[in-house]
Amino acid sequence: MQNTIHTLKKGEKAIIKDFDIDLIPLKLLEMGCLPGNLVELLQIAPFGDPLFLDINGSHVAIRVETAREIEVELIKTNF
Amino acid sequence: MSIQNINVALIGNPNVGKTSVFNMLTGLNQQVGNYPGITVEKKIGFCKLPHNIKANILDLPGTYSLNASSMDESVVIELLLNKNDKLYPDVAVVVTDVENLKRNLLIYTQIKDLEIPTILVINMADRMETKGITLNIPYLEEKLKTKIALVSSRKSRGIEELKNLIVSYKTIPNEPCLNSTVIDKDYFEKLQHAFPNQLLYKLWLVITQDVNFSNLDRNEIRSTFTKSHSELKRLQQKETIKRYQFINDVLKEGLKVDASMAKDIRAKLDRVLTHKIWGYFIFFAILFIIFQSIFSWSTIPMDFIDSTFASLSSWVAEELPSGILTDLLSQGIIPGIGGVIIFIPQIAFLFLFISILEESGYMSRVVFLMDKIMRKFGLSGKSVVPLISGTACAIPAIMATRNIENWKERLITILVTPFTTCSARLPVYAIIISLVIPNERVFGVLNMQGLSLMLLYLLGFGTAILSAYILNKILKLDSKTYFVVEMPSYKLPLFKNVGINVVEKTKAFIVGAGKIILAISIILWFLASYGPGKDFNEAEAIVKERTIQKPLNEVEFENAVASQKLESSYIGIMGKAIEPAISPLGYDWKIGIAIISSFAAREVFVGTLATIYSVGNSDNEATIKSKMQEEVNPVTGEKIFNFATGISLLLFYAFAMQCASTLAITKKETNSWKWPAMQLVFMSALAYFVALLAYQLLK
Repeated sequence: MQNTIHTLKKGEKAIIKDFDIDLIPLKLLEMGCLPGNLVELLQIAPFGDPLFLDINGSHVAIRVETAREIEVELIKTNF
Repeated sequence: MSIQNINVALIGNPNVGKTSVFNMLTGLNQQVGNYPGITVEKKIGFCKLPHNIKANILDLPGTYSLNASSMDESVVIELLLNKNDKLYPDVAVVVTDVENLKRNLLIYTQIKDLEIPTILVINMADRMETKGITLNIPYLEEKLKTKIALVSSRKSRGIEELKNLIVSYKTIPNEPCLNSTVIDKDYFEKLQHAFPNQLLYKLWLVITQDVNFSNLDRNEIRSTFTKSHSELKRLQQKETIKRYQFINDVLKEGLKVDASMAKDIRAKLDRVLTHKIWGYFIFFAILFIIFQSIFSWSTIPMDFIDSTFASLSSWVAEELPSGILTDLLSQGIIPGIGGVIIFIPQIAFLFLFISILEESGYMSRVVFLMDKIMRKFGLSGKSVVPLISGTACAIPAIMATRNIENWKERLITILVTPFTTCSARLPVYAIIISLVIPNERVFGVLNMQGLSLMLLYLLGFGTAILSAYILNKILKLDSKTYFVVEMPSYKLPLFKNVGINVVEKTKAFIVGAGKIILAISIILWFLASYGPGKDFNEAEAIVKERTIQKPLNEVEFENAVASQKLESSYIGIMGKAIEPAISPLGYDWKIGIAIISSFAAREVFVGTLATIYSVGNSDNEATIKSKMQEEVNPVTGEKIFNFATGISLLLFYAFAMQCASTLAITKKETNSWKWPAMQLVFMSALAYFVALLAYQLLK
């Protein structure tokens, strides 16, 4: 299964890979949601939606329906 | 040496402390108005600078970039593209937050492309140490082609440096700091070739943005250089990537973060404040504290204001020579002004709480916490802010819906916001609750009057949400949902910002509402003091004749004449005419008058009763409340303001759409008369039937 921001678990970090630009608001791009940038899932709201993210240093919340459209590659943390 | 005037525009992302910088520069030297034709708030301040320069400082709405997605953001672009605007900036000041420098610099690089001299303010410099941040200022100044002021609005530092930079704005380079046209070289070369005298980035904005441009013929540019929406967005993405590449390169050298030094309370606080149980618990506890304290804390100054105006009225009536002018003053104007002034404590408290919640960054957490629930009702998490602001006033609340991206969610929020209990309902509630609800405690702690008020607030919210649910089912509107909320870091609210906000908002409300109330009070006094025919003009003779069997003493006689006069005055005739429609609700004609006049604005209700009772009562010393308490039905001898009538009135005011300004703002924001008309009809009908039902059940 393809990883998206929606499939991340709380505290996981990933690199943004790709998305369909027509489904993503320009404002989110301006907040730093661009391919190659780092994204971390900080908090999940009660009832599973929206998601509170750290995207490239910006703290933003987006809804699951948007998060689903953003493909990511999980960063394996080796502790 | 003559004084030189310059225009300075403050630009920046939301949550960077732009308003703090504005307040530091201008103090209370501010004017808040609206941009012509739209309701975007326009804040201008004035600041004296060295070398006899006077700066007009314009605080532009917060925006993430020059790609406008709301009316607030369009204002910024329209100003920056129109050199003929009399506020066109001689120098732009871009305010950034040291913690979010990367993102905040995006708009900076765009402004630079417009070739306006631009100063960069890096705010919140006091947080650098706790975040482990060090900046290489000379390097940043060189790469970003600007002058930098390190400012801490919390510690009031760096403002003199900023003022000096503004004074010497002519020395600041105004060329772009990167070349963004490389994203599509051919296209931009052709564009420049076709319009050799225009700035390339300006042309690009004309093509991509839906805003008003004077001087430039948009159709001409667009027809030859058109692209599909999708293609344009792809180019905008490329442009954004290009700008971030540049910013990343600059910050790699210019900004170092020692992560081990960083202390972050955000994560810890968020774990509690957005927790699935604690989060809601804390949110409702905060709401409860706000409403309890507004009611109990503001009664002391309110009682004081009430009695002060009552004794002022009687002092004027006694000391000034009697005549029409004195009557107008003591019975029309003074009670009218008193009816406005009495709002100040409650409105100030409400704005105080709301601005503290917004300044601290907590409001965004509420949006995050409530979004999923609100969506079930066709609203957005962002609707919570308007619904809470609606407890102050529906007008700024409806304006605050602008950042809801989805049109349907936004429209529903606009339509249901007037159900929330605004501060104009407070005086009505306050006086009726104090008349019909006993001032006792239940369970030893909860004050019953405070509890009733809280129930009315909950009723307002409940109705708003229920109507939203119904509207969501009825309205067939399809619009794409986008939801992006910035979650700013937590900050202790700055006393100065909160204070200025409270003063500005309260002043705007008092002046705006005050004009209407004062005018209506004067008209009412006139209508209540004059009447047609002999019923009014021969009132004394009529009373004498009626009481010939059982003569009254002097005071009783005077009162009887006064009420005979009031009944046959113009206003009495009007009130009597509508009495059949409102008596099933438990109201007499005096309440009827107050309800009619309060269709202009709810708060007029108390003022109207004050005027009516002052006219119909020779005892000027008594307060409005005690006059209402003594009011009896002349036929049955029962008290007018009994429990059933009181509850009926409370419910009527909870639902009725009685605010001309709210209707006007709904028209403005929805651009159609259809929606305000719908609000008026449905809310008034609901109010009538609920009040009717309540009175008939309780009487």
